[in-house]
Amino acid sequence: MSALAGSAADAVGLTVLLPFLGFLVNGALAFVGPRRTRLISIVGVGSVAAAFGVAVLVFLAVLGAHPDEPYVRSFWTWMPAGDLAVRAALQVDQLSVVMLLVVTGVGALIHLFSVGYMGEDPGYARYFAYLNLFIAFMVVLVLGASFPVLFIGWEGVGLCSYLLIGFWFTDREKAAAGLKAFLVNRIGDAGFLVGMFLLFKHLGTLEFVAVAERAPRLLTPGGGPATAIALLLFLGCAGKSAQIPLYTWLPDAMAGPTPVSALIHAATMVTAGVFLVARAGVLFALAPAASAAVAAVGAVTALFAATIGLKQWDIKKVLAYSTVSQLGYMFVGVGSGAYAAGIFHLVTHSFFKALLFLGAGSVIHALHRAYHHTHRRADAQDMRNMGGLATCLPVTSRVMWVATLAIAGIPPLAGFFSKDEILAAAFGRGAESPFWYGVWLLGAAAALLTAFYMTRLMLYTFHGPNRTGTPERPHIRESPRVMTLPLVALAALTVAGGLLNLPHVGTLHHWLEPVTRAAAELVAEPRPPLGTELALMALAVLIAATGIWLARTKLRPELLVPADRSKPETGWQKLLLEKYRVDEFYDAVLVRPVVWLSRVVLWKALDAGAIDAAGVNGSAVVARSLGWLGSRLQSGQVGTYVLIFVVGALAVLGALTG
Amino acid sequence: METFLGDIHYARWVLSALLVLPLAGAALLAAVPAAAAKRVALLVTVAEFIVSAGLWWAYDPAGPAMQLTAAAPWVREWGIGYRVGIDGISLTLVLLTTFLMPLAVLGSWAGITTRERAYYGLLLVLTTGMLGVFVALDLFLFYVFWEVMLIPMYFVIGVWGGSGRLYASIKFFVYTMLGSLLMLVAILYLYYDAGRAAGGAYSFSYDFVLRHAAVPLRAQFWLFGAFFLAFAIKVPMVPFHTWLPDAHVEAPTAGSVILAAILLKMGAYGFIRFALPFFPSVAFHPTVSAVVIALAVVGIVDGALVAMVQPDFKKLIAYSSVSHLGFVVLGVWALTVESAQGAVMVMINHGISTGALFFLVGMLYERRHSRLIADFGGIARVVPAYAAALTLVSLSSIGLPGTNGFVGEFLVLLGTFRTHPAAAAIATTAVVFAAAYLLWALQRIIYQPLDKRENEALPDLVPREYAVLVPLMAVIVWLGLAPAPILRRTEPSVRHFIETVQSRSAPPAVAEAEPR
Repeated sequence: MSALAGSAADAVGLTVLLPFLGFLVNGALAFVGPRRTRLISIVGVGSVAAAFGVAVLVFLAVLGAHPDEPYVRSFWTWMPAGDLAVRAALQVDQLSVVMLLVVTGVGALIHLFSVGYMGEDPGYARYFAYLNLFIAFMVVLVLGASFPVLFIGWEGVGLCSYLLIGFWFTDREKAAAGLKAFLVNRIGDAGFLVGMFLLFKHLGTLEFVAVAERAPRLLTPGGGPATAIALLLFLGCAGKSAQIPLYTWLPDAMAGPTPVSALIHAATMVTAGVFLVARAGVLFALAPAASAAVAAVGAVTALFAATIGLKQWDIKKVLAYSTVSQLGYMFVGVGSGAYAAGIFHLVTHSFFKALLFLGAGSVIHALHRAYHHTHRRADAQDMRNMGGLATCLPVTSRVMWVATLAIAGIPPLAGFFSKDEILAAAFGRGAESPFWYGVWLLGAAAALLTAFYMTRLMLYTFHGPNRTGTPERPHIRESPRVMTLPLVALAALTVAGGLLNLPHVGTLHHWLEPVTRAAAELVAEPRPPLGTELALMALAVLIAATGIWLARTKLRPELLVPADRSKPETGWQKLLLEKYRVDEFYDAVLVRPVVWLSRVVLWKALDAGAIDAAGVNGSAVVARSLGWLGSRLQSGQVGTYVLIFVVGALAVLGALTG
Repeated sequence: METFLGDIHYARWVLSALLVLPLAGAALLAAVPAAAAKRVALLVTVAEFIVSAGLWWAYDPAGPAMQLTAAAPWVREWGIGYRVGIDGISLTLVLLTTFLMPLAVLGSWAGITTRERAYYGLLLVLTTGMLGVFVALDLFLFYVFWEVMLIPMYFVIGVWGGSGRLYASIKFFVYTMLGSLLMLVAILYLYYDAGRAAGGAYSFSYDFVLRHAAVPLRAQFWLFGAFFLAFAIKVPMVPFHTWLPDAHVEAPTAGSVILAAILLKMGAYGFIRFALPFFPSVAFHPTVSAVVIALAVVGIVDGALVAMVQPDFKKLIAYSSVSHLGFVVLGVWALTVESAQGAVMVMINHGISTGALFFLVGMLYERRHSRLIADFGGIARVVPAYAAALTLVSLSSIGLPGTNGFVGEFLVLLGTFRTHPAAAAIATTAVVFAAAYLLWALQRIIYQPLDKRENEALPDLVPREYAVLVPLMAVIVWLGLAPAPILRRTEPSVRHFIETVQSRSAPPAVAEAEPR
């Protein structure tokens, strides 16, 4: 019996139920009262805020008891079949409650921001219905007590992502971006499913508590099954968390409303892969090769995405590639066995990246309104149409600088500590194999680029001369309070977030200890000596400062011209702007061949050709011909009959005796 | 509920009543004016569903033995009897049938305007035929019902179908007939063989034949082949599947719904009830089993890929059936409790979800007289409720967790992976292709710009259509979140099926098929 039974943790189901009810109400309002914006806002924001309230109570209960074992709250039997017994159950432990706070807390702030951002959209009720549904599924994802229940949330958030990316579905490109996100995620999910099947075959269970207990007994460390399970699960993570080779959907996902990008495609859903690796830490600890692969993919993705971020003009695209890159860091963390560090970066990233996206949303909102005023059609997301906005958007500009310094890794902001811990962990494992120094090096290089592209974004957006257009300039105004308030709250979290886990005095690390213990018993958590750690910290600050300084000295915002008058890029700049043409590559080697195979070979040649034309209809022709032949044979000549009879009888006898 | 059912001796008459009621309804139709035909049909099918609903409580979930049995001699000298009864598997299929028939009548409400009495009469006869197949415990009776359901369907497609109905209905008829005639030969062989072995006491009784038949292995091979062909055509398995897209495209809405939701299940049901228990040594012979599993996997992937490139939405759904039914065959042949339970779930889910999809296509067709995906686009703006329903049903069809579709596919694949990991892994790729074909179609139908003038004034769902869709959507969510009540009722029967197969098969095949 868990220490949490009978406590506030029993109410954990409400964190799913409340947003789900919000979805139902707003979903109904989308049909019967789409203009009742007040009610929609109250239900939409209120249900998530209430869920956050419950989450705080659950957190306090866990804080009070600090139980060693997870508390599993079981509701009903979901899929009983043969040896499989999956309950509809939620798991409360130190890891899930941290995630729960982030999801509902940051989620509530972003819901609030949306009231301002989406207020004039005709699909307001539908928007909040989807957003509420997203929170419900995300909570299922982080609280699910078994792989299949987690998977409900996992694919459910993918569904909401699909619906919200394609929210403005009458736009061909936006609808296509939603579909692409869903399909790429499904490729990962197919791997996730096979991983579950393999796990069940070897352990006979899919519930987390039982898996953690049985895996060390039944799986050989470093063995084939353990490695295969971990790699297959990671394929799912690579899809959801946009890692190489499945990252291509995330930049396109920016087609959705900007608060959606902040909530789903930065703060919560895309971090689910990192969460899963931490949740299944025991399995990854049993598979060192798979863990190394996780770290390697993370490190390469971190650097690769950062290079693309250097040349994007769309403010959201910069942030999207930045997210891909930062998720890479988190995978370096959990891949190195530093699960707490990975989760720490997940949390701080959710603060500052949500802030950056909402800040970008505030900018876009302002520009959009300005263009709307003058009836000019121009891209409100292109940084070449911005510049000098610090004076018109003082709050947005200031909070975004806070977030920029945080993501660049300037102490004492949140991002500094979390990123530093990850790199230190990778470096600490360098003693085992030089491979880990390589991982660290990639991470350090990506840190330099991060500082550079983020400073670039800030300079081009907020500083230098304004390029929006003379008639529009007077109409650019700071966003309303309902939008700036969440920005300020997130800025405060960004400043203070580092305190969650200060090196050596930290609490998050200790807090997660009951969850990460099982994995740590198999693979000791890497930690470099104190001297090395301090040296690495100093180096990290130096790298960040260099990146900012380089951007400050090399970039000339005053030389930029608005997007419609810009010269096209050439050479490597063009290659970066076109994102290394990976989408085109996938299209040519995967999408088109599969469609061609389906249409030309499987359908036209085999189904319609070989089976139908030759087989089915062919046999009809044969039957008709036989009928004709038969009618000829019935000639009335007894001699012919006898001959045929004898030949036939001989043939039958031959067949029977042969 | 149980006491009430006991008081009225429900168990004694229910199955017979379910078989007679639709026939009586069909007779009644001849006496009413044509305009009232659909109302009478609705009344009869609703009554049928209400009568059948008691089965849920009357059936004892614990027992694998046949329940609610009834028997009467029919042709005594040949050992033909009226023998009926249900186990957990037939229970779910009977309920699926009676649940869908009123919806099928409602779905025909506006679309069928000619010879209504004949049409609804055929639907009712069809109901008896389908239910008979699921409850028959006599091989001859089974064969009779099998044929009874074929003829009304032939006419429904051939008379009320689309422009290519003649080709489609004849193709359907010849294909199915070819299979069933071979099956008849096999049934007769079994009958004589079992009778001889029992010392001259001939009977078509299922239990009797199962107990006494002692067919030599070589002959078993041929008999299995005959049964297999009949059922494989019905399922349909690749490469016997090409009648299905034609039949579906030409059939009227209710015809498509019934064809997909129930008729296809008869093939799978036949495997579970007859072909496998009678000839396990052949069915699970390593080579045969490998071929069948390969065909199932090919069907799963091929059906999905071909569905993806269909320009006609109805044909797309027809091909998706090939893919879904592949899961059923895979789950049955993998012979684990999980996979076979999953197979039963897929049978039900496919009935619900694909049935709903055909209703939705029909609603679109009635408004716009087109099924071509390219004729639509952006209609979520004018028919939001329709778009929402189509989205939910599509999600269930692609197996989104939380909907019914997931439960079946997941169990099939999970169980199959224990005995045939490679097949399960390949079949899992279908989750990608399924999402591709349905969501891509959705994107082109309900999303994108509303750029065709004919679509600008499409009316949204009317109450009658809600009455069809809401029950289906409720079941989609119910079976997605809490399928345990169904699984609990089918599990003893599924275990019994697996034990029967394993105990009757020759040693090498057992080793091959043993889970774990």
